[in-house]
Amino acid sequence: MNRFLSSPWTKVVVFVLSLVPLGVLLWLCWQAYQSADPTEFVTANPIEYITHYTGDWTIRFICFTLCITPLRMLLNRPQITRFRRMLGLFAFFYGCVHFAVWLFLDPRQNTIPAIWEDIVKRRYITIGMLALLAMLPLAITSTAGWVRRLGFKRWKRLHKLVYLTAIAAVIHYWWLVKSDIRLPLMYAAIVAVLLGYRIIVWMRDRKRKLSDPRAPQPTASTS
Amino acid sequence: MLIRKPADLRYSDVTPKEVYLNRRRFIGAGAATLGAATLGSLALPSAALATATVNGLVKTGPYHNLGDEKPSSKATVTGYNNFYEFGTGKEDPAVNAPKWKVPAEWTIHIEGEVMQPKTLSLDQVMKLAPPEERIYRHRCVERWSIVVPWIGFSLSTLLKQVQPTGKAKYVAFETYYDPKAMLSPREAGIPFPYVEGLRLDEAMHPLTLLSFGMYGETMPNQNGAPIRLVIPWKYGYKSIKSIARIRFVEKEPPTDWGLYSSHEYGFYSNVNPEVDHPRWSQKEEQRLGGGFLGQGTRMPTVKFNGYGAQVASLYSGMDLAKFH
Repeated sequence: MNRFLSSPWTKVVVFVLSLVPLGVLLWLCWQAYQSADPTEFVTANPIEYITHYTGDWTIRFICFTLCITPLRMLLNRPQITRFRRMLGLFAFFYGCVHFAVWLFLDPRQNTIPAIWEDIVKRRYITIGMLALLAMLPLAITSTAGWVRRLGFKRWKRLHKLVYLTAIAAVIHYWWLVKSDIRLPLMYAAIVAVLLGYRIIVWMRDRKRKLSDPRAPQPTASTS
Repeated sequence: MLIRKPADLRYSDVTPKEVYLNRRRFIGAGAATLGAATLGSLALPSAALATATVNGLVKTGPYHNLGDEKPSSKATVTGYNNFYEFGTGKEDPAVNAPKWKVPAEWTIHIEGEVMQPKTLSLDQVMKLAPPEERIYRHRCVERWSIVVPWIGFSLSTLLKQVQPTGKAKYVAFETYYDPKAMLSPREAGIPFPYVEGLRLDEAMHPLTLLSFGMYGETMPNQNGAPIRLVIPWKYGYKSIKSIARIRFVEKEPPTDWGLYSSHEYGFYSNVNPEVDHPRWSQKEEQRLGGGFLGQGTRMPTVKFNGYGAQVASLYSGMDLAKFH
């Protein structure tokens, strides 16, 4: 298991797997492009489909990223952390595609005032923008160079912004569905468990520290 | 497809038994050889089999094709539906609704503020007037639109069968609800049975269509079989599907989406680019089925969905932002 997790090939496999959703989408678009019949696409409303598809994968990759720390601690395998940056960057990547599709293809006037009006007037779009923008500094500072420049402690504090992204993404989903909240509810539950785990660990460590100030540093740091 | 003379076409006949049996056999064979029943139903679109040709279709008249529009493809109109009873995804109704069998003894109850309540069978309703083809634009509140060649006649033809009392100001409609075959209100997030309503003058307007078919055939299940309303100047959810009950009432009746969220879905729900939905602008729409990724088919939305010349007078003097 350890050898598998530490192998450079595992990273390649995770990378390729993370590209599969994009590949499937491009394949579907290519098929529709090749055929003269627009109904050849999965649905009669391709723009809506692609918007939802990329949004779904963004929130999934946010969840995958948030799974890393609990998995590492529960399985006691520090090597798992190796995949965190890549998964986080894929969340950002799918988020950007989602944003670009909305920006250029959404059925509204493609003027800057109309786009701005959408962002400030529609609360689900406002919070979706917040979720994406909170990922931007994380993506920029995801390199080893930035960890050094900021110092590990500050870098780690900054990267807690991902919690904001996760919560904002769930609210974004919740606010945009018409009435069937089953899927947003599912993501809310997943994010609640993933963040709840961190709160429990944090409280446990704090209690330990309070009861014995000379105790060794918490074994598990959450981020 | 079985073609019969209009006189002996009864609604209970529209799904020929042989066709059903054949389909069962086909699916059975598919399951046996391929080990997957879904393959059978995929290979043979059941929706196409559950309909029958409507004979004696009148393709003229003042309302046949007001906008001189080209209908959307049948695949688009029957494959992309909002019919929450059969699933909240756009592709769900095309998969789930064909499995539901329209009860053979379908009746429509007309009751409430009328001199004499009436219960009509579907056959009786369909014989009230010759079936007309009406090519209407259909604009969904979600900003997509299609053009549908509906079959039916003005709702007023049916409503005139009863005598409303002086108190009748509105007409309320209710969809058939079968909890065993359909989603629960908890799953869908909206109340069932689905209810809708119109002001009496809107209900009596000749454009308001009582429809039991499309594309020359009886109504596919996912589009609201066996009989539904089509109100072309209002957002799609006003055009209630699978009607079981019609009630003349004195006060403005509740509407399903209005019960869910009244500030998002008003009673009137006239197509209006000047009044935004709280969550999106209504200025533009996506005409479905137009080329790769629908490019070039985004268009400005027109007030009353382009039927202003016919219906704007119904709302003269009303603040349509307030009464949205």
